[in-house]
Formats: sequence, C-alpha cells, structure tokens
Amino acid sequence: MYKYDNYDQAMVDARVAEFRDQINRRIAGEITEDQFKPLRLMNGLYLQLHAYMLRVAIPYGTLDSRQMRMLAHIARKYDRDYGHFTTRQNIQYNWIKLEDCADILEELATVEMHAIQTSGNCIRNISSDQYAGAAADEVTDPRPWAELLRQWSTFHPEFSYLPRKFKIAVIASPEDRAAMRLHDIGLELVRQDGELGARVFVGGGMGRTPMIAPEINPFVKADDLLSYLEACLRVYNRYGRRDNMYKARIKILIHEIGADAYRRQVAEEFAHVKTLGIDPPLAELERISAFFAPPAYDAANIEPDRNDPDFAVWLDQNVKPHKQAGYAIVNISLKPIGGIPGDATSKQIDIMADLAEKYSFDELRVTHAQNVVLPYVAKRDLYAVWQTLRDAELADANLDLISDIIACPGLDYCSLANARSIPVAQKIATRFADMDRQRDLGELKLKISGCINACGHHHAGHIGILGVDKKGVENYQLTFGGSGAEDVSIGKIIGPGFDEDGVVDAVEKATEVYKALREGDERFVDTYRRVGLEPFKEAIYG
Amino acid sequence: MKLLTGNDLVSGAVTWWTGNGWSIHVEDATDVGEHGEAILHAEEGARRVNAPYIIDALPTEDGPRPAHIKDRIRALGPTVRTDLTLKPADPTAGDWII
Repeated sequence: MYKYDNYDQAMVDARVAEFRDQINRRIAGEITEDQFKPLRLMNGLYLQLHAYMLRVAIPYGTLDSRQMRMLAHIARKYDRDYGHFTTRQNIQYNWIKLEDCADILEELATVEMHAIQTSGNCIRNISSDQYAGAAADEVTDPRPWAELLRQWSTFHPEFSYLPRKFKIAVIASPEDRAAMRLHDIGLELVRQDGELGARVFVGGGMGRTPMIAPEINPFVKADDLLSYLEACLRVYNRYGRRDNMYKARIKILIHEIGADAYRRQVAEEFAHVKTLGIDPPLAELERISAFFAPPAYDAANIEPDRNDPDFAVWLDQNVKPHKQAGYAIVNISLKPIGGIPGDATSKQIDIMADLAEKYSFDELRVTHAQNVVLPYVAKRDLYAVWQTLRDAELADANLDLISDIIACPGLDYCSLANARSIPVAQKIATRFADMDRQRDLGELKLKISGCINACGHHHAGHIGILGVDKKGVENYQLTFGGSGAEDVSIGKIIGPGFDEDGVVDAVEKATEVYKALREGDERFVDTYRRVGLEPFKEAIYG
Repeated sequence: MKLLTGNDLVSGAVTWWTGNGWSIHVEDATDVGEHGEAILHAEEGARRVNAPYIIDALPTEDGPRPAHIKDRIRALGPTVRTDLTLKPADPTAGDWII
C-alpha cells in the first residue's frame, strides 16, 4: 500500500488546521453559511436530513487494518456506532456534529486519511478494481496508476472549480468490476505490442442523463497519460457549461459537440500540454509502484475442506480466484438479509480489520457494490476466516445475487432523495431470502436509487429501481437491462411505477418470467436482452 | 399550518421553532402563520439555526404533522433504524411517518 511521504502528511495536516479555523469562524459567526458551505463540502462535510454527514475518502477503495480500525473508532466516538460504505468506495458517517469535525479529521490524518475532495466540483476519489493486484486477468496492477492520479488530482489548482464534479476510474482487466465506462473518465490499462498504455473513455455517467463513455483514444502510452488527462480536463474546463448545473457534466459537453470534435480538441491541447513536463519521471513511477509490490506469498497450496455445507456455499459464491496459486480473494458481503446495504457496525469494522491483519497481508478493499474485500487470503485460512465472519454476521453468501443490492441512503438520510431506498432493498432481500432460490436465479444485479441523481446506480442494474415523488407519495420506477460491467448498458424504464410493496411484487414476477424463458446458462440480463421487454411487461402489468 | 424548521448549527440536529426558541421535538412546533420568513431571517442571522425553511403541516391531537414524508422522517428519524429515532422505545413510532 502507498504510504504518505512528508509532503503528503504536511498537506493533509495543514488542511485539517485550515478547516478547523474555518469551522471556528463559522460557529463564531464570522462567516455565513453561504460562505462556509463550499469550504465544508471541499472537506467532505454535507448537511443531510438528520445531521451533518462526513464522507471520508478511501483512495481506490484500498486501506489497511490500522485505517479500518480508525474508521471503527470514528463510528464509536463521534457517530452512532456504524458507518456506511458507498458506491464511490468511500465511507460516510450520518450523525456528525460540526464541532467534532476538525477533531475527526485530525484523528484520520494520523492514519493517512482525510475527506478532501469527497465533494465539490473537483476530481473526486479515484476508484478502481477491488481485485487490483490480486486478479488473475489483470495486465498490470492499476493501483500505482490510481495513486499517481490521486496525487495529480489532489489540490490541482486548475481543476478545483470545474463546471461540475468529476469522477475517474482505473481498471486493468477486460472484466470491468468498477463500472469504468460510467465515469467522467474511464481508463482501461492495456498492453499493445508489449507497451503499457490506456484506452481512454470520456463522458460517461449516471445521474439524470445516463451515458456510456465513448472511447476517445484507443491507446495512450503510459508515459503520456497524465498529459493526456490534463488535456481532457482542460477542454472540459474551458467549454463545459457553468450556466446550468444539470448540463454541466462532461458527458453533456461531449454529447453536444460530439466525440470526434472533443477528441480533436483534446489532441490539440495534448500537443501543447506534453511540452510542459507534467508526466512523472520513471523514478517517481517506480517509487510509487514499489508500494504495491506483491506480498510475500507462501508457496503452499492447500485447498480448504468443503465438508461444512454452509462454508462450501460461501466458498462458491463469495470467494474468487487469485492470480497467486494457493490464494483466494474473499468478498465480505455487507448485505445481510433484511439489513441496510453497505452499513457496518464499529465492531464489524474492527473484525474485518483484524481479519485483514491476520490473513490478508494487512489489506482491505471497499467495493463500489458496497462490500469489502480481503484481497490476499491463503486458501488454507479460508475456513478460519469464514468462521469469524459467520460469528460477526458477515458471512452472507450472496455476492452478485439478487439480495446483494446496491442502495443509496435514500430518503431515510439524504436531503436530495425523493423516496426511501433502503426499505425497498430490505423487502426484496427478505422476499428472496432463501439461498437456493437466490442461487437458482444466479447473477442478478439489483440497484436502487432514491432520486434521479442515481447514487444507487439504478441505471446500471440488471434490474434498476428509481424512487420518485408522486404528489408527495413515494413511487418506484423499474428499469431492466442495465449493466455496469464490460457489457455496459443503460436500463430502460418498463412502464408505470409502483408503490413500495408493488415494486417488490413486480421484481418477483420478473424473476418468474426469467426462470420460464431462460436458456442454458443465461443470466437474467441475458434473457431480457434476447427476448425483450414484452414478456416481462405482460406478466407485471397483466 | 406553517412550521419553521432547520438544523442546529453546531450539532446539526433537526430543530423546530416553538414560538420563543427551538426544540428537537416536532410536537413543540408552533404555527408561524405569515411570520415565517421574518423569524427565519432573524434566527439564521443570529446563528441559532442553519438552513431553515418553512413547511406545511396539519394539526393533529398529537401535535403538528408535517405534510411531506421527508419532513416527517426529519422529525422522527430514519425509518430503517427505529433505535436511532427520537422514540427508540416505541417500535410503532415509524407508523406516524408513513
């Protein structure tokens, strides 16, 4: 894992001191809320329905046990004993007091964490593949590149006040586990004739105008990548709309001028930027990469005993192949049946930290699907890991099944939401609680957003649910056919919306249609794409 | 009836205008009638409330009930964590929201 150098630490410490002063001035009445709001947002502090909410950055979802324990400590000391892991691979605390915020950030800084740029019209937390460094299919480890982008984008003076927020994802595998093409910039690291570079996709996103990012450049050499991204951002910063926040994202700009025009402008800007010497020297790249060297793997390759049937189900569902023989990737589901997607108590967070320290070379990952990963677990330790998870109510074997639901906080917490998301997720998970039934349905990615901002990624759900406000009453629209993976697509609304119980019934009817029509190993989304909407619509609306 | 609500500047807690101060209990809220804007500006200026706004509500035997579900959730707490609401001992308290 990357470790701060003196410059990193000094910058974070200085920011804490600066924000403490700003908070004090706000409480003393020296600055107004209008003046304070952009300052607190740049430090990840929102005002939500019940209290202030603090969003803490977890760069590319990677953290160690010391940092994880600090997250548990913050939950216990300053919040209500739990945290909420988000679709940006971050964590949010829902009950923060303004007067505590500087102390929290000061404590986070002691473990190289912060909340900088987790809000505001800047480049947000860089996201990546939660299996980075462990995936059998990656062409290189994307984390050094994600870290390089983190350093480049943090406090970037030219990109601190963009037309709108800006999200970047980096992957290095043909299988997309990070919804890469639904980001403002998506990078897929690839090799071309042995040389490392990136496919660059620009202008994707969800929200009220979902778009899949077009490929702007099929291969940018790694040596040119920062300059190229600088050019991409410069063109956006110059031409992105600032008069209408709903049309300010880069996806709108590219949609309006066309990918070809944008590509040409970036090429022109790149020709200039490349002369500025932005790309780091090889020594710096090597310095960063050294932090991500493979751990000291044990050569033993001992398969786990599958005699315990519950353990065997968990192995099959939540444990993924590793590039190192004898090791596995463990997915910890934060989606207990009837629970709140992404929530974990301080005790559970501590237990996950303990497991990482003992069994996963001290490393964890947060996934955009609101789960946690132990990336380097020896197969011989899997049973011990599972037993601990089971005792902590963290061993639900539902990864990528219908109850592994992404859900935004919705109207239970969020001031932007129009409808509650969590109760719908709970009811659907409970309806499909039977594991045999879930496994029979196979991979079915269900995602729920409580408003059109789409924090719950409903556009990318095989089944998506969007909560709307219909004359003061919660109503839920269903979409089918979305995907955030390498078969990326945007879901389509199937028809009129439902009330809370009605949408659960409609989802169940859709699964019955799928079971009746599926062929071979088809997933729900495959069957939907093959047969189209009509059979589903007929069953749901009669 | 009209209610004035906002969040406490320092704690962030949801608060309701009672006529002579702020309470975290919506039962204590009072009808501000046509005076909401004036109170809002005065209280915000004095930093006794943050992000205040005026809402519609219905008078009931148990006190004012905000017209919109969003404000009823603000008044009581998240429907999915009854233990974190203002009435953690009452598992049916959430029925008031819906």
